[in-house]
Amino acid sequence: MPTLCRDCLTRFETGPRCPACRSPRVLSHPELFSLSIAHMDCDAFYASVEKRDNPDLADRPVIIGGGRRGVVSTACYIARIRGVRSAMPMFKALQLCPEAEVIRPRMSVYAEVSRAIRAMMEDLTPAIEPLSLDEAFLDLGGTERLHGAPPAVLLAGLVRRMEAELGLSGSVGLSHNKFLAKIASDLDKPRGFSVIGRAETADFLRDKPVRMIWGVGAAGQAALDRHGIRSFADLLRWKRKDLHAAFGSMGERLWHLARGQDARRVSPNAPVKSISNETTFAEDTGDADLLDGHLWRLAENVSDRAKARRLAGRVVVLKLKRANHKLLTRRLSLREPSQMADRIYRTARDLYDALHDPGPWRLIGVGISDLVPETRADVSGDLLDPGAARRAGAERATDAIRARFGSDAIVKGRALR
Amino acid sequence: MKISIERGALVKAMAQAQSVVERRNTIPILANVLIEAEENAVSFRATDLDIEVVDKAVAHVERPGATTVAAHILHEIVRKLPDGAQVTLVDDPASGRLEVSAGRSNFSLATLPKEDFPVMASSEYLANFAAPAPVLRRLFDKSKFAISTEETRYYLNGVYMHVADGEDGKVLRCVATDGHRLARIDAPLPDNSGDMPGVIVPRKTVGELRKLLEDDDAVIAVSVSETKVRFATPEITLTSKVIDGTFPDYTRVIPVGNTRKLEVDASEFAKAVDRVATVSSERSRAVKLALDEDRLVLSVNAPDSGAAEEELAVAYGDERLEIGFNAKYLLEIASQVDRENAVFLFNSSGDPTLMREGNDTSAVYVVMPMRV
Repeated sequence: MPTLCRDCLTRFETGPRCPACRSPRVLSHPELFSLSIAHMDCDAFYASVEKRDNPDLADRPVIIGGGRRGVVSTACYIARIRGVRSAMPMFKALQLCPEAEVIRPRMSVYAEVSRAIRAMMEDLTPAIEPLSLDEAFLDLGGTERLHGAPPAVLLAGLVRRMEAELGLSGSVGLSHNKFLAKIASDLDKPRGFSVIGRAETADFLRDKPVRMIWGVGAAGQAALDRHGIRSFADLLRWKRKDLHAAFGSMGERLWHLARGQDARRVSPNAPVKSISNETTFAEDTGDADLLDGHLWRLAENVSDRAKARRLAGRVVVLKLKRANHKLLTRRLSLREPSQMADRIYRTARDLYDALHDPGPWRLIGVGISDLVPETRADVSGDLLDPGAARRAGAERATDAIRARFGSDAIVKGRALR
Repeated sequence: MKISIERGALVKAMAQAQSVVERRNTIPILANVLIEAEENAVSFRATDLDIEVVDKAVAHVERPGATTVAAHILHEIVRKLPDGAQVTLVDDPASGRLEVSAGRSNFSLATLPKEDFPVMASSEYLANFAAPAPVLRRLFDKSKFAISTEETRYYLNGVYMHVADGEDGKVLRCVATDGHRLARIDAPLPDNSGDMPGVIVPRKTVGELRKLLEDDDAVIAVSVSETKVRFATPEITLTSKVIDGTFPDYTRVIPVGNTRKLEVDASEFAKAVDRVATVSSERSRAVKLALDEDRLVLSVNAPDSGAAEEELAVAYGDERLEIGFNAKYLLEIASQVDRENAVFLFNSSGDPTLMREGNDTSAVYVVMPMRV
């Protein structure tokens, strides 16, 4: 069976250890050298970057996230042993792991590391589809002749290079489509490398729960539950047209996924469609002042990211989740595209006020969509809001100060609420 | 009900009715027109609950009565009938149908009971006055382009008609703005209009009103209350709710200290703006105006598609100035000028610019510049 040593990249025919370096980290699979769609996911990315930059943290539990009322965005593997999970409310995480070091995310640092990883991927293939800062799909089809090695070898080389040059580890899933590659990368974390071949696809999926499907969340799971669908085996019993009738276009997709089929291409530089940010509260809240503070911080974060990417949005979106998980979204087209925190905040605030709903809310989010280049943003002012130009000037000045002295150098009083 | 009416009169009445009726209706009766026949006159009433239009037409009434029928269908039928046809409408309460016949064409249309038709409640009008059609036409035609479509600032979705202090005393004034541009149009104050409350006339009403103003010799009876406005000719009565909101204080928006004066032939200017804007395909095309001693250079630079430049001889005697505008806005305000030169008054490239026709201050436009 084709076998690869993940430490020295030697290829050989079956064996528990690498004949060249004696490493036990070997990977054997009948289709190992013929699969080319991969998903690479960094291991506890934010936490790993923090540990790398501060070796004192190496053997301590580290949680990346905001404030006591925020949620965990990443927990290192030590914290995970204690039960801390991402998206968990921070107070709960600290109950489970009181001695954890809580660090506020340093997005600009992570973005820089992400660019370095991206550059390494680009050495292998132009077909890269980033999903976030720390994960991406890669299509290595047709690159074997160029690199003189099959995709599996290149991928093992990529994670080895990440460890050597960036001090970060990642897990790889290799398969014949995106759906399976994404599942595979999650099978053997951290420092994993999993392969799902064509021949074993049906067997592999049969007893897996359908919530494995990316995009099936709590609500989707509940809908599937109502139809008695829990595992892929349940799904296989359904006729294509019945699934379509019950779930619409999602049903169509489920029918294919149940058979391990996913025709989506790895689409490089899929344009960013929206920029958004959201906060889950530790306790559901309807406190207007508190929500206002959150609205501002979220708007500012969205604005910062839009400015960093030189983009602006034509539409502002407000997202709220009730205590019963019911989601509410409201959107409004701006008079002209904007990237200014002030404009995004005021629009989100108008949308919130127009709801006339006291909550309580479990989550609040702000975003912009219908993105355009920033050159087309905020080009003309508002006759009826002469203060807007002054506020915009103040915001640009604040940005300049923050760029020089750090993001906390100057904050709005509103942000402290 | 049994009536006989000339096709031309019916087409006119139905055209007015069907444009008020909303295309998509969740309440079936709102898609209908209420036809009421009594003694040689038939009235056609249509509403969308915000606007009501009643059109009286001359007809031969054999048997008085009333019914309601789908406005769009009746309009389409009548429109397709030959010129000069005599149309008979017979209401058959037993079958619940309206029989429409003309020559050898016969139609049978479903009806809904006339009792279900919502008739707009009458209002206590605070001012009743008469205004010549051309005066109202000018007030609304010159302001309506600036009406906003923004839903959040719903109070901008119409023309603010009110009594204001002009340079030579009180005037009847219409103002519209969308935050990018503003139009302020004045007319001599009609008798008896002094007590009129300021009202925001909705965009759709302005459109419907326009159809009443075609005739130069017509005099329009205007009635205004806090919540409604009515415009009437002897045949047509248009009643509309007004927008329930406060129009912003526009007076502080109109610049008073702009001193840099440009005078230009409006139509030459508009044509040049239109020509240079051709190279850009963006939704909001920016045109740069570079002003120097009696010289104006218009330019557009669209990195993706190209660049354009055109020079115009103008009257300008101030310091050099470069300022950008949305081409569409410039075209729209320039096209309001019909008699004299367009006079632009600038301050800086970031401040609102004022435009008027010659020295006429009865029509003033303000436009926000654009960063270029």
